[in-house]
Amino acid sequence: MNIHEYQAKQLLAKHGVAVPFGIPVKSLEEVRPAAEKVVAGGSSVIVVKSQIHAGGRGKGTFITGFKGGVKLAHSVDEVMEFAGKMLGNVLVTKQTGADGRQVQTLLLAAGAKIKKEFYLAVLLDRANSRPLIMASTEGGMDIEEVAEKHPEKICKEHVDPALGIMPYQARKVAAALGLKGDLFNTGVKLITSVYNTWWESDASMVEINPLCIVEEADGKESLAAVDAKISLDDNALYRHKDILEMRDLNEEAELEIEASKFNLNYIKLDGSIACLVNGAGLAMATMDIIQFYGGKPANFLDVGGGASREQVTAAFKIILSDPNVKGIMVNIFGGIMDCNVIATGIVAAVKETGLKLPLVVRLEGNNVVAGKKTLAESGVAIITGDSMADAAQKVVQAVGK
Amino acid sequence: MSILVKSNTKVLIQGITGSFGARHAQLSIDYGTAVVAGVTPGKGGQFFEHGGQKVPIFDTVAEAVKQTGATASAVFVPPPFAADAILEGADAGLDLVVAITEGIPVRDMVRVKRVLIGNTKTRLIGPNCPGIVTPGEGKDSHGGCRIGIAPGYIHKKGNIGVVSRSGTLTYEAVWQLTSRGVGQSTCVGIGGDPVNGTSHLDVIKLFNEDPETTGIIMIGEIGGSAEEEAAEWIKQYCKKPVAGFIAGATAPPGRRMGHAGAIVSGGKGTAAAKIEAFKAAGIGIANTPSEMADTLLKMM
Repeated sequence: MNIHEYQAKQLLAKHGVAVPFGIPVKSLEEVRPAAEKVVAGGSSVIVVKSQIHAGGRGKGTFITGFKGGVKLAHSVDEVMEFAGKMLGNVLVTKQTGADGRQVQTLLLAAGAKIKKEFYLAVLLDRANSRPLIMASTEGGMDIEEVAEKHPEKICKEHVDPALGIMPYQARKVAAALGLKGDLFNTGVKLITSVYNTWWESDASMVEINPLCIVEEADGKESLAAVDAKISLDDNALYRHKDILEMRDLNEEAELEIEASKFNLNYIKLDGSIACLVNGAGLAMATMDIIQFYGGKPANFLDVGGGASREQVTAAFKIILSDPNVKGIMVNIFGGIMDCNVIATGIVAAVKETGLKLPLVVRLEGNNVVAGKKTLAESGVAIITGDSMADAAQKVVQAVGK
Repeated sequence: MSILVKSNTKVLIQGITGSFGARHAQLSIDYGTAVVAGVTPGKGGQFFEHGGQKVPIFDTVAEAVKQTGATASAVFVPPPFAADAILEGADAGLDLVVAITEGIPVRDMVRVKRVLIGNTKTRLIGPNCPGIVTPGEGKDSHGGCRIGIAPGYIHKKGNIGVVSRSGTLTYEAVWQLTSRGVGQSTCVGIGGDPVNGTSHLDVIKLFNEDPETTGIIMIGEIGGSAEEEAAEWIKQYCKKPVAGFIAGATAPPGRRMGHAGAIVSGGKGTAAAKIEAFKAAGIGIANTPSEMADTLLKMM
């Protein structure tokens, strides 16, 4: 699960990470009082930040033509003006796709006097199953680009999960960032707190980009997480009720939410051939084979091990609500499930949804002969495929016609 | 021979009284697997009865091992308690713990993995995996060792090793082999999570040493770099033909495709990179999942 920047900063602040003062607002009425509070806090610049689950906000464009999903305002009136153009409007960035995302929340943050930018992240290193702290002096940049062009500028520190982060490790990272004096000690504390946020929240990634040296009103320098991104391990949300409340359904595709109600794992893609498969690996492989034979998959859909009649019916309805779908391929390997039960479910679902599109079904496994017979005698127009390859070729051909 | 388990391996089932565990305990007993014990805390002293067999239930794995001599276990315990169940199996000195449970938090597995690194006795397979099957010699491979949730009857005793992150894709490969009259030595599902106990490479090494295994099918998917690591080793050391398939070439980056570990992030873990690594290692590439068995058989 992903959360918004303002929520990520709340989590970080809870673990002792310094973040610029900010207030999230969801309606225009809230904007003026919030902006006044930020100004009252001593900030002459207010950053108005669109809260969507996608990067590239600053360089994004609203579909109204208004440029920039992150704006610097120098007065409360200017905040009001920007907020009016951003709240409720759809922002398109390089990560949102052409449809963009509607901005339903703005973060009004105190503008910081930034002296230097760093990159700091904690994630899982799958290669050795340990938490990894990554830091770089090249803040504010795309870290993948830094990793490719200047790998020497990235400091990596693995943490032993039995010990947690040791002080010397935080010192190594702070030194790699070139922090000195008081800032060094502040950095050690901050790095430790960021790691603890990752561990204690069951995050899959905590990314602070940029982490900044900022100049305070009194001229002193300190460190602050000026932007932050956190994604959480879905499997662990059951033990974080507070974080689960941060879920924003507006950021999730409607069909994907609907699918999750039936324990279906559905991801919409932009092709024309829908697929319905049991098992995640087989579902991916089915998408691949559709593409191999010249078609384009419309979705990933794993109905899981059970594939009950209710699930299959729900799956058909979800598939059919995608207007791009021109044909369907069902690919079931009924290892333990009875193929005849699945076939009966498919026939019932076709009748209930009044399916008119070409439907190719490939069934294999337990009691498959009876299952194929049920399909053949159903009176429903179903094309049967003998293998994955056969079914994929048939559905591509049917849709191409 | 076979790897990891033989037809007479004594198996215990952690979570035998839950509906999922019970169902698959029954199927393993039907397959002829030596299911010698069940563990459900608080139900010690009771019996799990199926097909005329009475399987004793114990409160702890340690007790079950002591009383029955079980050396392998299947974990069907719900996600919040699964990490503890795995470590209990390791603590009891089992040779093999197969964690079927899907949905274990990554942090729990990071801790489990940390403990198991220093443990040379217990091998963990999974979690979030279909388990392991060494086919038997009877009808529909009856009499083999089935730990987990794979359909037993699709197997056939023979000489091909199969290793995969995905359940149904493993069944697909096994079925392709069996339909062509080609049997399997052992089939191992290592699971779809980002942190797992046994990697592709670990299993490939075992197959390479197993005199009965003459060819290997390795099925991978997007995410992580385990397939690349296995390919690198195969290139230098593997004495046997290997055919491979990678699922997820059409998966959009940044999206988890069902399995917790199946995600392309930051340009890493793409199908294209894995297929390249396979090619460089001389692994036969199945262009489609329909050609996994044929690709290997052509090489042999």
